[in-house]
Amino acid sequence: MKKIQILGTGCTKCKKLAEVAEAAAQALGTPYEMEKVTEIARIMSFGVMSTPALVVNGVVKSVGRLPSLEETKILLS
Amino acid sequence: MNLPPKTSPLRPSVTTGRYLLIGAVALALWWVLYTHLAPASHWLTTVVFGLTAGTHLASTVEFFVFEVPKVILLLALIVFAVGVIRTFFTPERTRAVLAGKREATGNVLAALLGMVTPFCSCSAVPLFIGFVTTGVPLGVTFSFLISAPMVNEIALVLLFGLFGWKVAALYLTTGLLIAIAAGWIIGRLKLENHVEDWVYATQTGAVAGTCASVANRGNCGADTPLNFAARVAAGCEAVRDIVGRVWLYVVAGIAVGAGIHGYVPTNAMASIMGKDAWWSVPLSVLIGVPMYANAAGIIPVVQALLGKGAALGTVLAFMMSVIGLSLPELIILRKVLKPRLIAVFVGVVATGILLVGYLFNALL
Repeated sequence: MKKIQILGTGCTKCKKLAEVAEAAAQALGTPYEMEKVTEIARIMSFGVMSTPALVVNGVVKSVGRLPSLEETKILLS
Repeated sequence: MNLPPKTSPLRPSVTTGRYLLIGAVALALWWVLYTHLAPASHWLTTVVFGLTAGTHLASTVEFFVFEVPKVILLLALIVFAVGVIRTFFTPERTRAVLAGKREATGNVLAALLGMVTPFCSCSAVPLFIGFVTTGVPLGVTFSFLISAPMVNEIALVLLFGLFGWKVAALYLTTGLLIAIAAGWIIGRLKLENHVEDWVYATQTGAVAGTCASVANRGNCGADTPLNFAARVAAGCEAVRDIVGRVWLYVVAGIAVGAGIHGYVPTNAMASIMGKDAWWSVPLSVLIGVPMYANAAGIIPVVQALLGKGAALGTVLAFMMSVIGLSLPELIILRKVLKPRLIAVFVGVVATGILLVGYLFNALL
């Protein structure tokens, strides 16, 4: 089970990142659990300064940008 | 992520040479289009639409069909260039440069980096916390936060396209000076205790996997080495994103501007926004702050006003307060700043803008 966390305060790019990550996880066929982290203090606990950020199993994988579907698949695997 | 570079989507495997060739062709095409806009718009107005040159309607239409493609062409070119430049700067790298810098030097650097570091007001809060908790002085952080929205490429392009390079250069220089001076003053005032208490208590702990740990810096944009093709791709993405977002404002703004251009009598604005009306500068700042108009929509209107007798200083002050001090951003920053610090921030920046307004009205 992969734990996917989307860090972001609700900007459009954050929502898109959640969609892309979901699509990528489904394409890979891996079971996953997604959480949207919107609370600033929690976002900051990952040391992230620019949103949206993608966190997989507690590891920050991308920051401040929207990775493509292909790239997201690599980031998730 | 330990994949060989060639399969990584961050590094598309198209050769640099091919990109340069495509770039050269695109640039040549751009130039041909750009230099033929004036005759084309005149021809379109007088021949295709059959309007008599010199009438109100003809001058309105010609202004519109000339300015819209011109501004959009300029916008696409500059946004692309800035998009590429920004791949060299990330908030993480900027922070690393600014951390531990002394004031003065730090303020100058922060204002300059504010121009080129990717910034969106939606991440102003995490950025603020990220800066002040890792050793960037408060005043230096403010220099960055003032310069980042105010001195932006869209404003510069529009000012260059509609007013010429002198006004664009004036805006750039005075915008940077305000950011440097205001940040320095805020630093001198020692207002650290007016930052919300939880900010300094925030743990940005160096747990493995977070951006604070050295091992994971690559994923966090601190030192991802991108190749040429990836930077070009980032530039294209910026054009798609930004031009896609603002073109409608450009068209709307120029349409209103065109109407003013064609129908409002010359010097109609002189009594309200002219040099001799001393109160016009503070008034335009007061109107400008709560306005959160897209720079793309407001500048064409302002340009048309300038043509009708408004004074340049007043116009610059209005622009700066619209773009540099926006109510939504202040509301976002309220989460991390106590009211007094917000008030000082607005007060200092607004004073700087007022000075710029009066200075240019006096000089030009």
